[in-house]
Amino acid sequence: MSTFLQQLVNGLSVGSIYALIALGYTMVYGTLGLINFAHGEVFMIGCYIGLYSALWLGYDAAAAASFSPMSATLVLLLAMAGAAIVGMLIERFAYRPLRGATRLAPLITAIGVSLLLQNVAVLAFSANPRSFPSIITEHRIEFGGVTITNIKLFIFAVSFLLMLALEFFVKKTWTGRAMRAISFNLPAAKLMGVPADRVISLTFAIGSALAAAGGILFGLDQTKLEPLMGNMIGLKAFIAAVLGGIGNIRGAAIGGVLIGVAELMTAGYISSDYRDAITFVILIVILLFRPQGLLGVVRQEKV
Amino acid sequence: MVWTYRTAVSIALIAVLFVINWALDAYVIDYIVRIIMQCGINAILAVGLNLINGTTGQFSLGHAGFMAVGAYATAFAVIHFESWLGFSANNIPAPWMQGLLLSAGLLVGALFAGLAGLLVGAPSLRLRGDYLAIVTLGFAEIIRLLFTNTEALGGATGYSGGRPLGLPNYTNFFWVFLWAILLITLIGNFTFSSYGRALRAIREDEIATEALGMNTTRLKVLASVISAAAVGVAGGLYAHLNNVIRPDDFKMDRSVAMIVMILVGGLGSVSGAIIGAIFVGVTLEAMRDIQQYRLLAYSLLLIGLMIARPQGLLGTRELRLPAFLRRKRGGAA
Repeated sequence: MSTFLQQLVNGLSVGSIYALIALGYTMVYGTLGLINFAHGEVFMIGCYIGLYSALWLGYDAAAAASFSPMSATLVLLLAMAGAAIVGMLIERFAYRPLRGATRLAPLITAIGVSLLLQNVAVLAFSANPRSFPSIITEHRIEFGGVTITNIKLFIFAVSFLLMLALEFFVKKTWTGRAMRAISFNLPAAKLMGVPADRVISLTFAIGSALAAAGGILFGLDQTKLEPLMGNMIGLKAFIAAVLGGIGNIRGAAIGGVLIGVAELMTAGYISSDYRDAITFVILIVILLFRPQGLLGVVRQEKV
Repeated sequence: MVWTYRTAVSIALIAVLFVINWALDAYVIDYIVRIIMQCGINAILAVGLNLINGTTGQFSLGHAGFMAVGAYATAFAVIHFESWLGFSANNIPAPWMQGLLLSAGLLVGALFAGLAGLLVGAPSLRLRGDYLAIVTLGFAEIIRLLFTNTEALGGATGYSGGRPLGLPNYTNFFWVFLWAILLITLIGNFTFSSYGRALRAIREDEIATEALGMNTTRLKVLASVISAAAVGVAGGLYAHLNNVIRPDDFKMDRSVAMIVMILVGGLGSVSGAIIGAIFVGVTLEAMRDIQQYRLLAYSLLLIGLMIARPQGLLGTRELRLPAFLRRKRGGAA
């Protein structure tokens, strides 16, 4: 029982990171109908920005405990801002020229951008894994045979708050309404005076910032980062978005958590070798039996 | 009459391949021969992938997985055929026997890769566009994980047939190009048959094709099986060009390299795929000294190509043989 609870806690924390990344996929897919393959790389870059800004803010591994919570928050914000800029640049230079092209062209470009960022990261940050600074000192809390760290609680809190903020933004603000209008019908939204290019750019910025937040949380949790880590995690987050129903923001959150839990349960009860495979099995099963995802709506295809 | 012409062409072709093979062996350094063979293998990969990605318009990102299945199945079969026939390190098969062993292995490889194409294609081809790309990518990853975790096939360190010297290097110019010509002709003919027309119709408008009474799912699965089998043969040839095959040889970047091949030449063009295959084969070698920039160059190429010339070099057009070479076929082409 305690194994189960432990894996559940770990799964929930990994899952909330997936959920944060999945939000970016689902928002971009919602507005543009594009799978932003490069999103996993934005997550990776956010993680690296976090690493470098912590060093810039005077992080010292020998005196990690003296790193103030203020600076830790600043690291998070800097990473989010940096990733937002990267996301907007990607959209401006790789996807915008292709708006209105065939469906395949942006997909291929997205794969290209993803490869490009990976390789630039290898050149810029070297291919060797780096360790993420422990900008928050870890405390363990024993609770009925289950170990919870303050970092895990921090992960839950940050991801929950960010998701809540996003939900508020999309539902209650003018820009959020413009986003929903674009995702519902792009040409009609344009005719109604929605500045589509600017809103799409903002969608990328928000999605990328959330991915970067996920990157920092991931760095805190796993304490290791490398240039190719965005690949698999991005894929899993995408699967989480599909599981929840792509284009649906709550769905992405639920999907992320479910994928995280399923993964850690597989690692705990079957074998950690199949930890990655279970995600793809889930993807295949969901696409076969409920392709619109858990919360998605079926859209009738028209000629 | 048609048959005698074709027989003559086939015999002449085999003779020509044989002579080139001999000449390459005698006068050209191994390094160059290896690049030429790599180009031939690439041509099979590209033409195979093009059938599903270009002609049928179903974008697969996971053909490295089928290549892996073909490679492992071929190598496994060749090693076992050899031990059944009593060959060993002291009793090396004659060159012609090596080729036959390889070809028998390639048939097994094609069979298993085709089977994988069926298993992957049947569920996933019900999806469209970008979903399909992700699902095929997922399948390729599962295939790689399965090979990584199968100790009987060497696990993560790779399969070398349990031999100290690794897999026998039976792949040579003759067999690469014999198989390449065979498969390209087969796939080319298929592409321009009524089946191919139906596949192109699916690419242009799937719903309309279905409304015309075509069983689009069956056609797509058929294309997927043929494509996977061809790519599997290429994998088998690749396996016996090297001494060991590792699961990591078949990661996503290999699928991307295949996609670069068909995009450069023109998505949907058989001759374009061959041109792209040669382009990738040669540039990969040319950039050997600046290895860390190779993928960077490809990614920039992909982005630039999509923005500047999304249809590739040839688009869906074909390069054809000069008219005087075509006429004799009596319009059967």
